[in-house]
Order: sequence, then structure tokens, then C-alpha cells
Amino acid sequence: MNEGRKEIIRALVVLTGLVFLVKLFFIQILDDRYAQLADSNSILKEIEYPFRGLIYDRNGKLLVYNSPEYDLLIVRKEIGNFDSAAFCKIFDLTREELRLKFKELRARKEYSPVKPTLFIRQLSNYDFAKIQEHIDEFPGFYIQPRTTRAYTTHSLANALGYVSEISKTQLENDSTKIYRQGDYIGQSGIEAQYEHVLRGKRGVRFKLRNVSGIEKGSFKNGEFDTLSVPGNDLITTIDLDLQEYGEQLLKGKVGSLVAIEPSTGEILSMISGPSYDPTLLTGRKFSSNFMLVSSDTTKPLFTRPLMAMYPPGSIFKIVQTLIGLQEGVLRPDTRFPCDRSVVNCHNHPNPCDLHMAVQYSCNPYFHQAFRRIINQNKSPNTFIDSRIGLENWHSYVTRFGLGQPLGVDLPSEKGGQMPTSTLYNRIYGEGRWKFSTIYSLAIGQGEMLITPVQMANLAAIMANKGYYFTPHLVKEILGSEQQPVVTKHETGIKPEYFAFVQDAMSDAIYGTAQRAVIPGIELCGKTGTAQNPHGYDHSVFMAFAPKDNPKIAIAVYVENAGWGGRAAASIASLMIERYLTGEVKRLALQEYVMKGDFLDKVTQTPSTE
Amino acid sequence: MRRQEDISGKMDWLTVLIYLVMVLLGWLNIYAAVYDETVHPSIFDLSLNSGRQLIFIAVSGIIILAILVVDMRFYEAAAYLIYGVVLFLMVLVLVVGKEVGGNKAWLGFGSFGGQPSEFAKFATALVVAKFIGSIGFRMDNFRNQVILFAMVGIPMVVILAQKDTGTALVFTAFVLVFFREGMSPFLMIVGIASAFIFILTLLVENELYLYGGIGVILIISILAGKKKIKRIALLTLGALAVAGVIQSVDYVITDVLKPHQQNRIRALINPDADPLGYGWNVTQSKIAIGSGGFSGKGFLEGTQTKFDFVPEQSTDFIFCTIGEEHGWLGSLVVIGLFVTLLLRVVYLAERQKNRFARVYGYSVASIFFFHFAINIGMTIGLFPVIGIPLPFFSYGGSALWGFTILLFTLLKLDAHRGQVLQRL
Repeated sequence: MNEGRKEIIRALVVLTGLVFLVKLFFIQILDDRYAQLADSNSILKEIEYPFRGLIYDRNGKLLVYNSPEYDLLIVRKEIGNFDSAAFCKIFDLTREELRLKFKELRARKEYSPVKPTLFIRQLSNYDFAKIQEHIDEFPGFYIQPRTTRAYTTHSLANALGYVSEISKTQLENDSTKIYRQGDYIGQSGIEAQYEHVLRGKRGVRFKLRNVSGIEKGSFKNGEFDTLSVPGNDLITTIDLDLQEYGEQLLKGKVGSLVAIEPSTGEILSMISGPSYDPTLLTGRKFSSNFMLVSSDTTKPLFTRPLMAMYPPGSIFKIVQTLIGLQEGVLRPDTRFPCDRSVVNCHNHPNPCDLHMAVQYSCNPYFHQAFRRIINQNKSPNTFIDSRIGLENWHSYVTRFGLGQPLGVDLPSEKGGQMPTSTLYNRIYGEGRWKFSTIYSLAIGQGEMLITPVQMANLAAIMANKGYYFTPHLVKEILGSEQQPVVTKHETGIKPEYFAFVQDAMSDAIYGTAQRAVIPGIELCGKTGTAQNPHGYDHSVFMAFAPKDNPKIAIAVYVENAGWGGRAAASIASLMIERYLTGEVKRLALQEYVMKGDFLDKVTQTPSTE
Repeated sequence: MRRQEDISGKMDWLTVLIYLVMVLLGWLNIYAAVYDETVHPSIFDLSLNSGRQLIFIAVSGIIILAILVVDMRFYEAAAYLIYGVVLFLMVLVLVVGKEVGGNKAWLGFGSFGGQPSEFAKFATALVVAKFIGSIGFRMDNFRNQVILFAMVGIPMVVILAQKDTGTALVFTAFVLVFFREGMSPFLMIVGIASAFIFILTLLVENELYLYGGIGVILIISILAGKKKIKRIALLTLGALAVAGVIQSVDYVITDVLKPHQQNRIRALINPDADPLGYGWNVTQSKIAIGSGGFSGKGFLEGTQTKFDFVPEQSTDFIFCTIGEEHGWLGSLVVIGLFVTLLLRVVYLAERQKNRFARVYGYSVASIFFFHFAINIGMTIGLFPVIGIPLPFFSYGGSALWGFTILLFTLLKLDAHRGQVLQRL
């Protein structure tokens, strides 16, 4: 009977071997988990952060660069009994703060006692110098260099935008899977718009490390390592000198200023007032400063030139003039009396022809002119006739780049509003509105909103006699095959009509904007005073110069500054003088402008819808 | 000289070959386990385990020669003497060890140290074989059974006193020998069933399911066979015993086992519960082996064992290096070698002409089997972590010598199996 038992013992041996092989087959071949776990155990991924692309102005002046900063990393397991008092002293922490840091550390999801983990972020150069001497005294702490944004100027904040750590939502919505937690990303302005060229490519070095986190050489001799590729530098269209000067002029005012080179569509300066100092939103103090800036009631983060929408006021009369001429319903010798029964006006020679009407900005004239544009007797029904007229008119204003975003290379540009028949049908009902319902449009009021950049673009169209290039901020992406594409847009209105209006604008300076006159430079401009039911009127001015070879087209909008001939025209004129001659000789005017402070008159922030 | 030539013709060279391959593979894997890429040390470096293992292997060669030279009758004749000496040394270790502190199972002669408990397996195998092989021995004699268990139990108790639970458990392997020599399988079945139920109790959260399961099995067993009173009573008694085991689990876990032993069992049940704490060994060991894939990462290319993620990587967890660097194929080779060796040893034992040699052969097979099953089982998470070496692979002089002596004494006896016949 015992003879059979040797077979049982043999079977036991073979069975054990088989069980082992089956189990091994499962964990070694069928289950990938262990291979991944082994990699995360022993392969340390060292990220080499790329240099973000630099940003220059149009004359090659550096605007934005990178400055080194240092993150303090911790490997919990390597820390022995460390001198927390000395640590607190060097890192400028209280005991309580240190305790909190450790608590935070342990609470983190990706926390591992053997992997380097972020402990203190963004130590400045100064802190680093202090700490570097002592870092050896604290085993388990390491310093990782990376860079933060730095600025040569305190202006241009809104156009440049800022860079900050990627947010949770952004990370979740990132379909490219390029970003990791803790990465920096452009949040607004050029930094956001050109994020894909500025960011560069992250480098990775794979290193082997043992259970204590100590490096044990490169993984497969660096076969999978990649070097970081710096981001592309940008040359912007901004003239830093003009920009800084303009920001000084706009100090203490709420408003916008946009200057464009008409022949190219390049934005020379783009000012949003009040703004903030770009150097605030960088480095270790980012969070506390961001709180300050974003909670400021004057909304410095709001990019007014692109996002604020205003009624254009009288400057819109030149658009009406051009449409009337092209339609053949107005002629240079068309005269209307200054009949103030419907709209008010101010004192000027009466009656006016078209030239004078633009020059003196006669409201009743344009009321009647607009009636001719809208009601051309295309239908015996005045309601239908008005609808046809408005649709025709709308197709014109659209070609002036109004009513929809121009396509400026910055995020969140607004389109403004140019009323369509659909809009009025919604408000009044179909067939229930006619010219007398919508006549406010004649003088740039009513259901009409445009952005400051559209105003400046309008000035550029005037300067170019009928066409414009999409206004843009970036001229060139250095070292890239993909360059910004600028498209030319035609209004389809005859250049001779523009020449006519230019003459009127040239004379208008002497009629409504005496202050804008620059000795030796022929300037064409148009004032506007947009009625503001909430308080003081907004002051508007658009201009270009010189008349025969325009180099700069500009629009200035100052909220609550009253009549356009004063604040807005003065600022625009000083900017033109500065840009064309390189200096300002009219110091009295400059002083007058800089003293003007309308902030206390601001009762209403501009509508964003 | 003449006698030695006689032996060489009758040696079982297959076993010798397997032995040599295993020792060589073991040596290479010890080197891989402790290899440091940043230093590129030599395999002969005496400051490394691989360098020292080579010395141990060389000493093993001398031991083998000595075993072969000694008269084959010595082993049977001196069995009790050897057993006594080893027991004495182990007790000495207990005493001296206490004076020294620290090393509990180690006996030091200057810088040369050894673990007598490794040799206790050999000594016990000899006495068990001699006792069972004695004229007129009957396994069904209760007194004989008591003596056998005492022979195995005494070294076990001494080793337990040295706090070396793993080595002590090895002695339970003798149950296999007793089974082969005619002892009722009842003991083995009860032992295995208890262990099985013990673990099952830990796995199943609600004990009522287990009691229900036992009830169902009991009823089916009663209905399936002859309905004799005695049989039904026996079955019911067995069921009650099983229920008792379930009841005792909680008590055993919390009151009998030491905290680290409790954790090892918990790690087996659910290693993910505390992967950085008590689950660390099992988790890391499985990661190392599991990451090897089909053909492994290559010699010296492993990361988990080399970089100390796996503890004891050159001794008890040497199989991790094999699994990581040589993958499933390498594991297949090693497991294949062990299965072949074990089957060969059983074959050798069965072809012995006298009972002493056969029982001794089975003792060797049982001890090797226990080490093989428990060691590899623990590295791949099938058994709780029990610190015993993998024969011929794990680093360590005493262990290597102990296994070498066990194996080559059998080969010596085997080579002379013809003479035994002549003598009778």
C-alpha cells in the first residue's frame, strides 16, 4: 500500500511546479501592471523645463524675458532628524507654517516618501542665494531650477497677458495632453494667444534610482531622453516708447487707446486704462497680487480696447457720409437745414453742405442723410422700405469691420453690435419699425456698439482710402515656418469719396478739435461725444496723420471725460506728435492732459455684452 | 584510492549535474542581485555576496570530497552522535547567543560563522532514517510514532527558541517521510485542511458562510457513502473539528502569532492594504518578478532587486532576481530544475535496497520540497513570508553546505547501494 504513496509525492512535486508556473504566467505575462509599477518604482523622470519664447517690440526692444526661480523639492524618506528651527529661519517660515507644509505634503495624492515632491515653490534669486549655502545641511531637500516671466517694462500688461500655473479645469480640458500639473501656461493676451509657439518643448531625462531615491545612472544610456526645445521668440508690432507715453497720458482715466499703422494693420500701441503693472503677476507673489489686481473695482484685467463696447457717437458720421456717397443719395453739394426738431445740435453755419456737415458734425444733417440711405423708395410700404434700407446699410458697415470681431490676434475680442433687421424685429416685431424708429443710428447712437480697436481700424480705413489690414500685435514668429497671416479687406467704396471725407476731417480739426492741431503736421480727425445716460458723456476721437502719407491711425475713447474735442482729441494729438516727430513740443497740452483725472467721475463700467 | 574510483562509476551524475547548474545559476543571480551599476564591481569581489558565495561553493567542494571519502557505514552508525552534537551546538547557540545578543541562531568562530540549525535538518534526517530503518520497526506502533515526532520535535523547539520560525517549520516536512513509510495520512490531511480552512476564514468575511459550507459538505458526504453509524459519527466529528479551527482563527491570529507574523498573513490575504508597510515585501517581490515579462530584462538589467526595492534580495528573495532578469522562461528553467531534482531524489530513494537509505532519501526530498515550495510560493504571493532560503540559489554558507551535505550523503549512499545488498 505504501508503494502507491511515492506516486502521490511525485504528483505533489509536479503539481507545485505547475501551480508556480501558472501563477508566474499570470503575473509576468498576462498582467502589465507589475511592469508599470516597476518603472514607476525605479525610473525617475527628470523634467527639463524649456525657456519660454521672448517677446520684443517692433524696434527690437526686449519686452518679456525669463528669470530663474527655484522650487524646493523634498524626498521625505531621506530626511533624518532635521533642525526645524534652523530650517524655519533660513526659509523664513514660522513653526506653524512648516507643520502645515508637511501636512499638505502628506495630503497630496501623488505623494510618495521616496519621490522628489514639491515643497516650496518659486523661490526668488535672492532667496536661492541665501538657501544655497545651507541646502547641504538639510538632506532630503533639493532645488529644481525653472523660469518665471520677467518684464523690462511696467506697461503693456493687457496686451502681453500673464502666465500662471495651469488650473485644474484647464488641465482637464487639455486635449493635447501636453500639460502636467504645475506647468505654466499663458492665461491672457499674447501669452495665451501664442502659447503654442511660446511654450517650447519640455525635455525629459530618465534616470534610474534605488529604493532610497538615490540616482543610479541613466536609463538605457539616455536612449529615451530628450532635450528641451526653447519656445519661439515673438516680434510684436508694439512701439514700446509710444506705448509707455500713451499709458502716461491715459493715467487717471478710464478708457482705451489704439494706434495702428494703416499700411500694414500693425498695432503700434494698445492701451487699456486703468491697467496694472505686468511685473505684479509673476513669481512667488503671484497669488496675492492676482487677488489684488482681480478684485480692483476699476477692472485692470479687463482689456478695454478689445472688449469694451461703446456707442461710437459722431465719429460714425463719416461712415454714413461714405455710404451715402457710394449709394448716390448724397452728393458733396447736398444741403439740409439744421432743423433741431428731432435731434439737437450746436451753433455752426447753417445750412450745411456735406463737407460742412462733417466738419461741424451737424446732427440734423445726418438725421436727414440717414433717412435718404434707409428709405430709397424700393417699396411703397415704408416698413418694408426701411427694412431693405437697413439691410443694405448693414452690408456696408460690415465691410468697415464693424459688428463682428476684426480677428485681432488676442483672445476674447468682442464684435460690438451693428443692428440688423432681425434685431429690430425682435425688439419691435416684424413690420412694426421704420426709419423714425431707428434714426438714432444716424449719429452713432442707439442700438450700435463698437470697440476701440474697431474705431482705430476705422481711422486706418480712412487713411487707406477704403481698405484695411486685420489689426494685429505679432509681426513675426522667430525661427518658425508658420508666420502670422494678415488679410486685406476692401470696403468697396470709391477712393474719391474717401478723399472728400479726408478733406472734411482735416477741416473738422479746426472746427471741433482745436487742441488736436499739430504745427507742421496735417492731421485728419473726427471728434465724438457719446451720450452716457449714466453720467458724464464719453469723449471720443479718431484721427490719422499725415494726411498725404498716413503713418498712424488712432482712436481714443475716454469715459466720462465729456466732449470729445477735449480729453480724447488732446491725447490722440500728443500721441501722433510723439510718434511722427519722436518728441512732444506742446508741453502745456501734455501737462493739461496728464493732470486730467476722470476716475472719480466713473459711475459705470462699460458694458461687455 | 581504489575505493574512490569504484564510486565514481556508480555516482548519479545527473544529480551532480543538476547540483552544479543550480549552484552556478545561484552564484550568477546573487551577483545580479547585489550588482551596482555605478561601480561595476567584479563578480569575484569579496566585499560582495557573490565573491563570498564563491568561497562557500569552494568549501562545498571540499565537503563533498569529505563525504565521499568517509565510509558509507559511518552515516548510519554515527546518526545519533551527529544528532546529539548538533543539538548540543544549537543549545550552545541559545546560551552563547544570549550572551552576545543580536545574532540568535549564529555560532561564531572568529570571523567564521555558521548556523547549526542548517545542519540539524541533516542530523534529524539521519536519526529518523536510522530509527525507521531499524530491525522490527513498525509504523503503526504508537510508541514508535511518539519517538519519531520527538526526534523531529526536539530540534524544532530549540530552533523556535532561537526565534527562527522559518527553519523550524521546515521540520514539518518530515510528515511526508512518515506518510511514505506508512503513517496514516490522517495527520497530513488534517494539517493541510486546517491550514486551508485557516486561510479561507481570513478571506471570507462572514463566518456563517463557512459553517453553512461545512454543513452542506457534511450532508453530501453522509448521503454519498454507506450509512453506517461509525462513519456518520466520524464525519460529524471531523466537521466539528473544522468548525473548531474556524473558531480558533481569531484567537490564533491575535493571541498566538506575533505582530510581524500576523502582518505576514495579512500581507498574503491583501498586500495592497498597506503596500509601504507590512505589504512591502510581498508587493515589491511581485512587482520585481511580474515586471520580468516573458523573457526578462536581461542579466544585470533588473532594477527592482538591484536597487533594493526587494528586501533580502540575495538570500530569501533570490527568486525575484531570476523572475525579473530572466522572466517566465528563466523561472521555467529554475522550477524545471527543482522538479527534476526532486523527482530524481525520489527515484534515488526508491531504488535504495535498505530502508535507512530510502528513508534518508525521502527526508532529503521532503526538506528540499518544503524549501522549494515555501520559498518560491512566498515570493509570488502564494504563501506568507517565511524566511527560508531557496536551496543552492540563496546566498549563505551554512545553507549551501547544509543542502550540499544532505544531497551528497544521499549520493554516497546511492553509490554504495550494491554493497548493501551484498552485506545482507
